Amino acid sequence: MSLVDCSMLELAGRLERKEASSVEATRACLSRIDAVDGRVRAFLKVDAAGALAAAEASDRRRAAGKPAGPLDGVPVGLKDLFITEGLETTAGSKILEGFVPPYDGTPVRLLKEAGLPILGKLNLDEFAMGSSTESSGFHPTHNPWDLARSPGGSSGGSAAAVAAREAFGALGTDTGGSIRQPAAFTNLVGVKPTYGRVSRYGVIAFASSLDQVGPLTRTVADAAALLQVLAVHDAKDSTSAVQPASDYRAGLEGGVAGMTLGLPREYFADGMDSEVEAAVRAAARAYEKLGAKVVEVSLPHTRYALATYYLIAPAEASANLARYDGVRYGLRAEGVKGLGDLYVRTRTQGFGAEVKRRILLGTYALSAGYYDAYYLKAQKVRTLIRRDFEAAFKEVDVMVSPTSPVPAFRLGEKTGDPLSMYLMDVFTLPCNLAGLPGLSLPCGFTRAGLPIGLQLLGRPFDEARLFQVARAFEREHDFSSRKPGL
Amino acid sequence: MSTLALEDVRHVAELARLSLSPDEEARTQGQLSAVLDAVEALRQLPTDGVEPTSHAVSAATPLREDTVQPSLDAGRALANAPARGDTHFAVPKVLE
Repeated sequence: MSLVDCSMLELAGRLERKEASSVEATRACLSRIDAVDGRVRAFLKVDAAGALAAAEASDRRRAAGKPAGPLDGVPVGLKDLFITEGLETTAGSKILEGFVPPYDGTPVRLLKEAGLPILGKLNLDEFAMGSSTESSGFHPTHNPWDLARSPGGSSGGSAAAVAAREAFGALGTDTGGSIRQPAAFTNLVGVKPTYGRVSRYGVIAFASSLDQVGPLTRTVADAAALLQVLAVHDAKDSTSAVQPASDYRAGLEGGVAGMTLGLPREYFADGMDSEVEAAVRAAARAYEKLGAKVVEVSLPHTRYALATYYLIAPAEASANLARYDGVRYGLRAEGVKGLGDLYVRTRTQGFGAEVKRRILLGTYALSAGYYDAYYLKAQKVRTLIRRDFEAAFKEVDVMVSPTSPVPAFRLGEKTGDPLSMYLMDVFTLPCNLAGLPGLSLPCGFTRAGLPIGLQLLGRPFDEARLFQVARAFEREHDFSSRKPGL
Repeated sequence: MSTLALEDVRHVAELARLSLSPDEEARTQGQLSAVLDAVEALRQLPTDGVEPTSHAVSAATPLREDTVQPSLDAGRALANAPARGDTHFAVPKVLE
């Protein structure tokens, strides 16, 4: 097996046994980037020098018998929403082009302390607003499984890079499905942890009550190992969970016998792709064979989730994005008439169409006379959605559903119609509204060869069980080892 | 039914500090109206007595001792400024 085809933990094993070096692994990724990224376009910025320097330091630690952790030396990529000291960070937006942060955010610091070389910054929908990576201010990313199709979004660059073997794993962020849907579109495991599980200090904000950081990897065990590095309390994020994370790999092989899994009736709606539905129902039967009890459950307010999300997320975004005004960093418009004009011209030039649309929608939902009707109403419905989950999780341990109603769609297919793009998140965003952990894992392919994702939803801070349930399926099926024919 | 007037679009754009061309105003009017139609069902759902959820995990705001800690020095904090003085961000004149 070629080095770049190793999982993160397989590579870590080779590094541990001195069968490979981190420098070799990093060079293998850089060669792969040279070979395929002209077609995939996952990267916004490759940091070859920084990655190789980190790899050399890792090899020295391993040679001295003092690795910084189990993943020391395994090269990864970062969605370009993570602040990186000395390395340009754009959030996929022209308004931040040229911004070189003066510090590392907490997730980046934790990766560096654990010894993982960072290969570079990966493409995304501008400010993580989108479901296809076509809203990037720079260029779209292509799905390695079919270059005419989207890798999903907004963490599309992260997904494409890992699927294309340009990186062993990557970090993304998930506000309404932005890790899980790209994972589903590219045959990866993607995890949105419980709200608060991973610090967001130094992660550029989209919608602060929904945003979470998580891994995209090729195997369940890799996702567990990578999340373990990140799942620590951080005093610099007031929403960071204080309780310690459990050991995500300890119970990985425990199986599903005796567990109760729920199929939410409302997640098998009209309009779902028939091959996606068949694959998900087959997965549910597979779990029954493995000893789980599978029951139908109801989440009656599901049909309100999309509307709730598309009021709350833009409202929070409109507030978060007020800081991009041309004063402290990034773009500043030229030839302005005074400070007010500076704000307007900078923002008008710097933001793309989708970001403007969401700022306008959010501003409207928060504006005088409409706040109660839209924003406050959405927050109340959010409570009802959260209670649906609380009631269902009294009956079941984990919920099983499709991640996306359809497999990867063609680039350009949905860009003209914002509402059809928003519908892509219909099964992923209730989990963000309720703050629950969610995971997508490979569960099959369409006849045309496109990956299909299975979504698992769990109780707050029950990530270990999601990994265990995901691994039980992965062990019996061989989807994860299939790779795109680039 | 929740069609936005062009005046509303202009007002919201002004609040958001964005300038829209006439084409963009018309397009925004149509797209925002479509989204508002899609959220209309929400307004019909009874929520009397339901508490709003502002954060999914309702923990109390954590507190810590107010102690002096290292932070960015002025040079690094200003390094990305489009225009700056020695220890400040520079902007166009606000008052004549």
